[in-house]
Amino acid sequence: MLEPVNISLESLNLSTLTPMLIPIIGALVILCIDLIKGGLNKSLYVMLSLLFLLMDFGSLVDFAQLFSQNGTMMGFFDVMLIDGLAIIGQLIIVVSSMLFIPLSLTSKRFHEYAYPEFYALFLFMIAGFQFMVATDNLILIFVGLELASLALYTLIALHNRNKSFEAAIKYFTMGALAAGFFSFGAMILYALTGSIEINQISAVLAADGYSNIGFVLVAVTFLLASFGFKLSLIPFHAWTPDVYEGSSAALAGYMSIVPKIAAFVVAMRLFEFLVHSNVIWLETILYILVVLTMTLANIWALVQSDVKRMLAYSSISHAGFVMAAILIGTTQANSALFLYWVLFAFSNLGAFAMLWVNRQKVLIAGQDSDHPFEKFAGLIHTMPTAAAIMGLFMLSLAGLPPFGVFWGKMYMIGSAVSGGYTVLALIMALNSAIAAYYYLKLIVFMFMKEPIYQTDKAIHMVNASMPLKTIIGFATVITIFSVFIVSPLMEFITALVYNSGY
Amino acid sequence: MDSILTILIFFPAVAGVLGFVVHKDSIRAYGISVAAIEFALSLVLWMGYDPNVSGMQFMESIPLVPEFGISYLLGIDGISLFIIIMASFFTMIGIATLGDTKRIKDMIITLLFLQMTMIGVFASLDAILFYVFWELSLVPMLYIIGAWGGPLRIYASVKFFLYTFTGSLVMLVGMLFMAYFYQQATGVWSFSLLEWYRLILPENYQLWLFAAFFFGFAIKVPMFPFHTWLPYAHGQAPTIGSVLLAAVLLKMGTYAFVRFSLPLFPDASVFFMMPIAVLAIIMIIYTAMVAYAQEDIKQVIAYSSVSHMGVIILGTFALNVEGIAGSVFLMIGHGIVSGALFYLVGVIYDRRHTKMMSEFGGLASVMPRYATIFGIMMMASVGLPLTINFVGEFLSLLGFYKQSHIMTLIAGIAIIVGAIYMLAAYKKIFFGEVTKEENKNLPDVNKREMFALIPLTVIALWLGIYPKPILEPISNSTESIVQLMHDKAITQEAKARIPNLVEEMSLSRTLTQEAH
Repeated sequence: MLEPVNISLESLNLSTLTPMLIPIIGALVILCIDLIKGGLNKSLYVMLSLLFLLMDFGSLVDFAQLFSQNGTMMGFFDVMLIDGLAIIGQLIIVVSSMLFIPLSLTSKRFHEYAYPEFYALFLFMIAGFQFMVATDNLILIFVGLELASLALYTLIALHNRNKSFEAAIKYFTMGALAAGFFSFGAMILYALTGSIEINQISAVLAADGYSNIGFVLVAVTFLLASFGFKLSLIPFHAWTPDVYEGSSAALAGYMSIVPKIAAFVVAMRLFEFLVHSNVIWLETILYILVVLTMTLANIWALVQSDVKRMLAYSSISHAGFVMAAILIGTTQANSALFLYWVLFAFSNLGAFAMLWVNRQKVLIAGQDSDHPFEKFAGLIHTMPTAAAIMGLFMLSLAGLPPFGVFWGKMYMIGSAVSGGYTVLALIMALNSAIAAYYYLKLIVFMFMKEPIYQTDKAIHMVNASMPLKTIIGFATVITIFSVFIVSPLMEFITALVYNSGY
Repeated sequence: MDSILTILIFFPAVAGVLGFVVHKDSIRAYGISVAAIEFALSLVLWMGYDPNVSGMQFMESIPLVPEFGISYLLGIDGISLFIIIMASFFTMIGIATLGDTKRIKDMIITLLFLQMTMIGVFASLDAILFYVFWELSLVPMLYIIGAWGGPLRIYASVKFFLYTFTGSLVMLVGMLFMAYFYQQATGVWSFSLLEWYRLILPENYQLWLFAAFFFGFAIKVPMFPFHTWLPYAHGQAPTIGSVLLAAVLLKMGTYAFVRFSLPLFPDASVFFMMPIAVLAIIMIIYTAMVAYAQEDIKQVIAYSSVSHMGVIILGTFALNVEGIAGSVFLMIGHGIVSGALFYLVGVIYDRRHTKMMSEFGGLASVMPRYATIFGIMMMASVGLPLTINFVGEFLSLLGFYKQSHIMTLIAGIAIIVGAIYMLAAYKKIFFGEVTKEENKNLPDVNKREMFALIPLTVIALWLGIYPKPILEPISNSTESIVQLMHDKAITQEAKARIPNLVEEMSLSRTLTQEAH
């Protein structure tokens, strides 16, 4: 006869689930509305999603305040873990999503946005990512990851072109493999320690002094491979350019930010204790991974002829750059990771949104992809403002001061310097120099060449509508004046990261 | 007067933004007025400057990122004051004399933004702020070369950008290390240069940091062997681009040596003095020889400009008051003279659309005024006594003579040899018979061109004859840098190489007292 277990409702602390439940409820509401009355305009769903995301944002702000008073909160059988990392991670996810969703209000009609399911899936995906960052339970991480990934595969395929199907299937196959790796790695850790909670695992491993180091390394290898896929670290990156090319530019921009920050938070939780455990092998392998990802992606980006593929490689390189924070592992580095990612989110999403506004439905003669460099030739003559804004995003991504990403780069290199990684700091700096070349390439095309395609000049703004312009304008303003938000942002991030012990 | 530096920096930028609204037919007048107001403001700055104070003046400080020690810290001393005035002066005459340019509105707005970054570099006392302006100055120049340049303009502009950008990123790592060492020593982060001056670093740290900063500065100067971007940039840039590049942008590198490398790393400066002097002398001789081999007038001037930058470096690394003050003075002189020479080449290029020397000959009889001004400027460039460059070159060499006699001798001879190619070029262009039909009826310099050339000629002669009004504030500020270096030096050799001014002064005072 089993003892009855009494669980008081307070101890469950169900409120920790609120941030994830909001988008899930939102998704269900959208589905219900569609059941009751079909054929409604997409603007309704966009605004509904935006409202739910705003509520989500509000609840996160609330949690941030609670965290500053009470510290880390556990809930729901201690599965949920709301600490500083979870809060920043979710904030970045939700804010980026709020910037992304209005991009579907294009002036041209696109297939996928007509379906309410798109918005429902989108909200489910956000909930998945939020689960991923707000727990240290390997199973819940897995569930969140899969929930988000499956929704994302569908979103890509909804773009409804041959390349999109290819992209979705590629991403799905790779994602499935990564999921397999993840579960295998988690299994070994469970076999070793009898726990699936990261902090328990680290405690047990530390207690017996890493005596089973061989098994730990096998587990770590599998986990690293699975996160390598999600973070598109070299050599697990091969899907990235194809998938970005196949999905719509807006979604590609989104994918370069949100899934990665979720994966970074998990990687930070997972590798934090391992890096600090003086396992030389792990440090070395991370070091190699970081350097390879930064450098090779940059070199590949040099030879791309399509702007979107170039940005895809550049986002791989940025991911490698930021991954250095996990290698360095100091509070300063971890805070720099979030700062970098926030500033990068604005610049990168802005750049992809600029591509999104000039996505034509029909390619003109001589154009073999959506956004070849030639398409932007002489943009300064036809649309000076668009050229200036795009140029600004490129300069920001290249790390030119005082625009957005520079501050992230500076903090990141600074943390490498104070973490004792001198050579790494130099490699990071030199990589920024390599990267400058391909960002300049677009600037050269826009500002210094004559127009190549003789077409209607409206082609570069064919999709532009008020909401899109607003989002781009917002990203522009943040990118230019980032110097004024760096200080408060850094203070906020550092407090949260430090108080959660990273 | 308190925030005059902020006004000086951001007035052109704000004017540039507003300039988008101005109609393109009136943009030239708008640009000239803005640049003239800016120049007047820079003269107001000079009026308010107290030449007897050797430290920083017009300081402004607003914290930007307090946790990381980044602040908006401005201030000038005698060294930066005159470069700022020169920058605003060249922008003014550059805009005023802009020839027929396509998309003139874009050009003028770009120039105004460039002016913001130029003044920002010389007025910043915070390393990150300095870095921001330093890097930002690449963008307008990239656009000027890339959009208005010659046939190879894209190659030239991208090369210019990437070269400088790479160097400055290494410098950024150096700056972060410097801030980190400061944090280790004091517990707080700071990028303020004035705070960094107080930090005495162990010698081996100094050597590494010196190397990191050197990489950034040497590419900008550009020092041999990092000079390969410059001939392309000059060769392809439009006249206004070359003028500003030679007159102001290159000075950022040499200025940064005086502002950063010397006072921050005195021991490393002494350690690297001889290798850098060797590089500088190679730079003087080698580029002079390359200049002699050029067919294109603009390339001759570009290489001669590199050659003279070598003298500036030599003077800077003399590490005494004469040398540094001389090199700072030569920065001004070189700016005036090479700016004027590039402008003169632009004048002839506007008329003939070629820069090949073989296309000319006998121009002295066709364009007498042009030939006269060119002659004066060329003599100034060669360093004829009573012209502006003589003062700087003489002081630079005098300063270095105290460190090494042989090296100074070689450098001195090299400068004399340098005169050969300039005179040869002058001969090819201006003397002899007019051989080409097209050259027979070339119009002489017109009023607009006179507006730029007369003031430059006057300055080149006036400061050659009577350099005191500029030289005195420069050497006042230089003295404080040299004294700082002497106080901070730790090795015996550095103490010996860098003069102790306080001691010298008290010594001379006791001597005079004894004489009485």
